[in-house]
Amino acid sequence: MLGRVANTIYWMNRYIERAENYARFMDVNYNLSLELPRNKKEQWKPLVMITGDWEKFASLYDFAEKKKVIYFLAFDERNPNSILSCITNARENARAIRTEMTKEVCEQINTLYYLVKNGVENKHHKNKNLRGFLTEIKNGCQLLYGMYDATISRNEGWNFGKLGQTLERADKTSRVLDAKYHFLSGSTKQVGSSLDLIQWAALLKSVSAYDMYRKKYGKLTSRCIAEFLILDTEFPRSILACLLRANRSLNILSGGSEGFSNVAQKQLGVLKSQLEYVDIDEIISAGLHDYLDDIQLKLNAVSSAIHESFFAIKSNY
Amino acid sequence: MPKLDFSDYDSKGFYDEMFDENNVVRPNYKRFLDRLQNMSRKKLTNLQHATDRAQLSLGMTFNVYSDDQGVERIMHLDIIPRIIDNKEWQHLEKGLQQRIKALNLFIQDIYNDQKVLKDKLIPQEMIFSSISYLKELQGFKPPKNIWCHITGSDLIKGGDGQYYVLEDNLRCPSGVSYMLENREILKRTFPELFESLDVKPVYNYTHILRDTLESLTEVDQPTIAVLTPGIYNSAYFEHSYLAQQMGAELVEGRDLVVKNDIVYMITTNGIQRVDVIYRRVDDDFIDPEVFNKKSLLGTPGLFRAYLKGNVVLVNAPGTGVVDDKAVYAYIPRIIKYYLGEEMILPNVKTYICEEEDDRKYVMENIHNLVIKQTDASGGYGMLIGPKSTKAEQKEFINKIKQNPRNYIAQPMINLSRVPTITDDTIEGRHVDLRPYALYGNDIKIIPGALTRVALKKGSIVVNSSQGGGSKDTWVLNS
Repeated sequence: MLGRVANTIYWMNRYIERAENYARFMDVNYNLSLELPRNKKEQWKPLVMITGDWEKFASLYDFAEKKKVIYFLAFDERNPNSILSCITNARENARAIRTEMTKEVCEQINTLYYLVKNGVENKHHKNKNLRGFLTEIKNGCQLLYGMYDATISRNEGWNFGKLGQTLERADKTSRVLDAKYHFLSGSTKQVGSSLDLIQWAALLKSVSAYDMYRKKYGKLTSRCIAEFLILDTEFPRSILACLLRANRSLNILSGGSEGFSNVAQKQLGVLKSQLEYVDIDEIISAGLHDYLDDIQLKLNAVSSAIHESFFAIKSNY
Repeated sequence: MPKLDFSDYDSKGFYDEMFDENNVVRPNYKRFLDRLQNMSRKKLTNLQHATDRAQLSLGMTFNVYSDDQGVERIMHLDIIPRIIDNKEWQHLEKGLQQRIKALNLFIQDIYNDQKVLKDKLIPQEMIFSSISYLKELQGFKPPKNIWCHITGSDLIKGGDGQYYVLEDNLRCPSGVSYMLENREILKRTFPELFESLDVKPVYNYTHILRDTLESLTEVDQPTIAVLTPGIYNSAYFEHSYLAQQMGAELVEGRDLVVKNDIVYMITTNGIQRVDVIYRRVDDDFIDPEVFNKKSLLGTPGLFRAYLKGNVVLVNAPGTGVVDDKAVYAYIPRIIKYYLGEEMILPNVKTYICEEEDDRKYVMENIHNLVIKQTDASGGYGMLIGPKSTKAEQKEFINKIKQNPRNYIAQPMINLSRVPTITDDTIEGRHVDLRPYALYGNDIKIIPGALTRVALKKGSIVVNSSQGGGSKDTWVLNS
């Protein structure tokens, strides 16, 4: 497969995953904002913090008010990670790698693109239909995942796609957990208060983890939630589950050897092992924020290493 | 529900493909019209809207140069097809085969023996002054001596009901993906009509294309690539579509590298040899070592590899000389010279501004003529005399005086019309016809075509870059 094409597939999948995550974050936060007491409404800033684009936001807007945050995250062309930017980029990538995809997948990406574009034109950030719109984006992305998995061969391209998708997902889960955990643990001493519960539930819903968490643990506690989102091997959005999936694809792409044959494989293998052989109490006593920060840095390093190992081989021939 | 009514349809003044001058339906459209007349206006509008949506979700968009407003557009597909009966088609088929065979011999000759020039059939300067003539190819013979593997000639039908060839398009003719996708869409629009009308299929185009490309190399299971300028090219949809349908690699110039005169593509596992390249990049841009030095679209060394016979380029470089509109004027003589036959499909009468008598005539009659730049295409650089202002005419007269070699003139042809859906009614709109030919072991004409339609009332410019749309073209078996 062409290096340029592999790179494009990798990023297309990252963009779509990112857009879907943003839609979900916003939907949950919007829902939460309806139920919180008036003095607790200052929760749109943390949403921007999660995305890591606070500086960008602050350079464009004077304060984090609901409508501005929604516009910034969903439709702002100046935000390179807004849903609009992500879907536009994903579609542009899809056009560049048309030969690697099926008609189903291409048509769905186009449909998504026009959905978002119409959303901008109809000013969905201003009207009451925002949640319906966000649900359509979420569903549209998930439909795309389904088509992708149901119609595309498990070839090199598919594995590059999975690699991009799961690394992006691990990153987003770690960011949500990091931001919310801080916000929640610091904001209230009364664990178990109804306000607290609503917010913990919202955190889980932000990563579509509420139902599966409930099924496994029943009761909402900060320790169990952290354990579930970091270390669970069965839930497909936990950090470790994402790394396991990414590692499988990377091994196939690297020739399926034991150990490692390139830097990307080495770094991802080490990070995966780190999470496989740690328990949640060790993480919490080390400091959850620092631990998650470290994971994010290592994920970035893995992504750079993938670039070096597969996409930028021009100097090697 | 009001039914569609054609009693007010205006079929006068031009050749109409559906109705004769007395508004009686022509036999090839009879059954289609029966079906159409049973339809309500609303139903027809709904079908047209469904078609627009299908085009968008298929990503059938093209980019318009120098148009900032939303870079992408769809080429509007009008759902009323152009229908051609079998007899008419056979005539076209024979005419195109004859033409392509002769033109291929001509190209081989001007790069090798140059008999046609020695015999003074065509002035030598005319060929050598063409910017598309590549002297680097002198003495070169491509595999199987085929130069123009893919042709998409532009034909028009005049007021006399005769087909004329307007342009031959031997470089990188585009639009075939529209022929194929238009058919897919119309099959969904009028499923039962397809069955009852017995329309010849076009779906095997990409299979024949692949076979054609494979036939040009001795390599068993060759690696075939489609070379595209990239996603911002106006025909990118088509490049990716064809690569997809043929199971070929879609590459850009930067994906290729030439080592020891062999072409490779850069993959995630190192480099892999490429045997045949269907290139959709113009001659001038394929290799910055030889041609345009500033080209970022090409690959350094590609032309060297080609001359060594290590890679096949399709179409061969250098075919553009036939697309020179001054050379076009000589095609009737070229056919006679190489095949000893009379031309089956006539040319449009062409005045060569470089020849003194013709130039004088053109200057005096510019208001009645269409003036074309010899090296331009896509509807750019032309003047339509009867629709131009005095100032525009003056401007072109000056241009012709300065550089007569650059201009030819043709009489206005009254392009035929096909009923077309407009905002509130159905009216005749002018069309042309672009069938596609593939030259491998023999010359195959795919029984269908891209019919381009000038959507603006009265307009005769059908180019998509100038607001033209398209129609599906149905060739009947009977």
